Amino acid sequence: MMLFTAICLTFVVFFMTNLYPNLEKLAKNQGNFRMSDEAVNSWLSDRGYTDNTFVKFGRWLGVAQGWETVKEDGTVLRQCRDSDLPEEERVGYCGVLQGYWGYSLQFKDDVSGLVAARLGNTGKLMGIVMLVMVPMALIVGVLAGMREGSGLDRSLSTFSITTTATPEYVSGVLFIAIFSSSAVGLKWFKGSATTAMDDATFANFTLPVLTIALYGMGYIARMTRASMAEVMTAQYIRTARLKGVSFPNIVMKHALRNALIAPFTVIMLQFPWLLNGVVIVETLFNYKGFGWLLVQAAGNNDIDTLLAVSVVSVFVVLLTQLISDIGYVYLNPRIRIS
Amino acid sequence: MEPLTYTGGLGTVLDPIFQILIVGLALALLSQIVLSFVAPSGRAHINPDGTLAASVGPHGLSIRLSTYLFLGVVAISLVYLVVGALLGPEGAGIVGGVSRRLIPVWIALVALFAVSIMYKRRLGLYGKLFDSTVGMIGFGLVMFWVFVGLMGAADMIVTHDALSQLSGMKNKSPGTPVRGAEDGEYLWYLLGGDNLARDVFSRVVKGAFVVVQIAPFATLFAFMVGITLGLPAGYYGGALDTIISFIANLILAFPVILLFYLLVTPEITAVGVPKYMAIVLFFFPIIFFTVLLNSRYYTQPSVRTPLLIVVIGALFFAYLTLVSSDGAFVSTDDVYIPGLPAALDIFDMSPGILVVFVSVVFVNAPTVFRIVRGLALDIKTRDYVAAAQTRGEGPWYIMLWEILPNARGPLIVDFCLRIGYTTILLGTLGFFGLGLPPESPDWGTTINDGRKLLSIYPHAAIAPALSLLSLVLGLNLLADGLREESLKD
Repeated sequence: MMLFTAICLTFVVFFMTNLYPNLEKLAKNQGNFRMSDEAVNSWLSDRGYTDNTFVKFGRWLGVAQGWETVKEDGTVLRQCRDSDLPEEERVGYCGVLQGYWGYSLQFKDDVSGLVAARLGNTGKLMGIVMLVMVPMALIVGVLAGMREGSGLDRSLSTFSITTTATPEYVSGVLFIAIFSSSAVGLKWFKGSATTAMDDATFANFTLPVLTIALYGMGYIARMTRASMAEVMTAQYIRTARLKGVSFPNIVMKHALRNALIAPFTVIMLQFPWLLNGVVIVETLFNYKGFGWLLVQAAGNNDIDTLLAVSVVSVFVVLLTQLISDIGYVYLNPRIRIS
Repeated sequence: MEPLTYTGGLGTVLDPIFQILIVGLALALLSQIVLSFVAPSGRAHINPDGTLAASVGPHGLSIRLSTYLFLGVVAISLVYLVVGALLGPEGAGIVGGVSRRLIPVWIALVALFAVSIMYKRRLGLYGKLFDSTVGMIGFGLVMFWVFVGLMGAADMIVTHDALSQLSGMKNKSPGTPVRGAEDGEYLWYLLGGDNLARDVFSRVVKGAFVVVQIAPFATLFAFMVGITLGLPAGYYGGALDTIISFIANLILAFPVILLFYLLVTPEITAVGVPKYMAIVLFFFPIIFFTVLLNSRYYTQPSVRTPLLIVVIGALFFAYLTLVSSDGAFVSTDDVYIPGLPAALDIFDMSPGILVVFVSVVFVNAPTVFRIVRGLALDIKTRDYVAAAQTRGEGPWYIMLWEILPNARGPLIVDFCLRIGYTTILLGTLGFFGLGLPPESPDWGTTINDGRKLLSIYPHAAIAPALSLLSLVLGLNLLADGLREESLKD
């Protein structure tokens, strides 16, 4: 089912990127901007772009033969331009199934290497975001939920509502303006994270991490609060109180474990949303990661890169859904046993 | 002429007091949080008459202190606005200038609140909103931006044209006087000039209209689509449910930004993809209302037939004018589908707005579908549904007149939240420069323009950023208030 979804999605992306105006733009980007219509057409048909969409999709998947054009002057253009192979063996199937993800016309590089490198950068960013966001969100949620309606609850809830109402491009802009602009003059952090790709420091990585973490945090915190508040009204908590267990002990030993089941699902389902945040933040802070690659590829209609990017992101989404289902069953004894 | 300061002459009196209150409030809140862990709760002691009373204790004191300080901050902010509106920019600086420009909005807000609170017992859920502080704050913020948007569109609030560039005003800081202003022209750029020397204040006001215009309607359309598909999916289940759910999950698995890039680029628009989507998506309200009315009145043909003719006729005409432009539904290089003749076409959506509208509806509809489907699955097991089935009511009557009204609570709350989310999506589109024309004053585009010079001239991006933040915050608070009040029923 997952595979079927992924194939459907990539086909949609494939179809949209292969619409004629997109191809025309691609040809003009690659050739020159004053190409005549015939020149555009021949450029496209030489590279197999004008064939049937299904055939092209099959080629990309690796279930149809790659294109090959012999021009009048004898030069041969082939889909499989792997320079390690001798000329004769280059014909044949070269798609995703064969491990060939295509060639990025925008970056002049193999897509697989490109995506892997960018994913590494984003992985670093996401890892730190998770390290900051999840503990903070859980602490805020548990503190707010343990005494529902108290002053602490109200101030923390206001805080988490405010963070959910602040999209990344707003909080990022505000952070840069406050902490790194010369107009305010604090200049504690850097407004760009370009240098953080090789060497992440406190100064250049704090703002992007904080920007993504804040938006995701509010939602998780509110879910944790709701689940904590519900647990605190349960019978066994009242029993513990009546037995004379101290309040910190009740929270830590009796309530916490049960209150953390629901937020786990939310945290896993938060991943796809984080992906959005990553795209915005990487564009805003000029951090060349996966999201930045998505924007570049989509803006320039770099078909192979865009397909690889969407395959990766779709798998991230579907995988997190799977993990959240499995984890929920594992964490919740009521479901596990029955 | 001197540039304006933020609070002008009024500020020399109020600013120090305001700052002291703010610092005090922050300290009080902090101590409140710390004390809630450290300090013991107040000891109970017995009064002579036998009743129990708890002493306040240090924690209680900090709560009281922060409440008073908070009220003080609110009161001074009100003084800033009210006295500022009276004194205007000469007396009360930028705050005064902005407040005076917004006088019509203040009047409308005060009138709305006065009337609503007076009649709140007769107004149902809307009236109950005025029992919750959070809900009132949220509603106030939302209505503030609605009034700003509508009045801004009527050219009441703006000080300058949102698109015209005045020489010498490029990147000027807030409160800079306009160079060589003529009679009748406004004398200052209240919130400064942007990188093309346009007035930031007027652009923010005009941008509010873009949001007020698109966000509620796009959300409404998304709800129509979601409800029309979600009810049968939840009620019937089976293959229908599987197919629609699969498609909804398919759309939801896309990263939103990738979807926007695929749908909104000029090349895709040239093929007419948004037009086709508009033709499909805009048809859902017609189906919705037709089925809604038909299922209710089909037993009384004498009422039903004229009612349906009027409603379908009106909706269909609205549909045609919305979808067709220049006498054609779709008019690209390859395809030409003739539509309503241009003479009858009273309302044209500008292509930029249509594209944005359609893509936002498209992104929102699957989530609404999932919510409605879940609610329908839950509600169809209730006794009153079984009673209606026993009475022999048709499936669509049960879905639309039994299930839907009983699902309205969560749906109304989600509607408010979703308008906020739609606002965020609109901002995202603007931020990536998709859809709307580059000179459009909407907030996302303005933030995108301003971010290039963020570290030197942040004011051009901060004003729309804060506006968007406050509107979405208002919608979230409103949703919270509604949820609270609807749970009390």
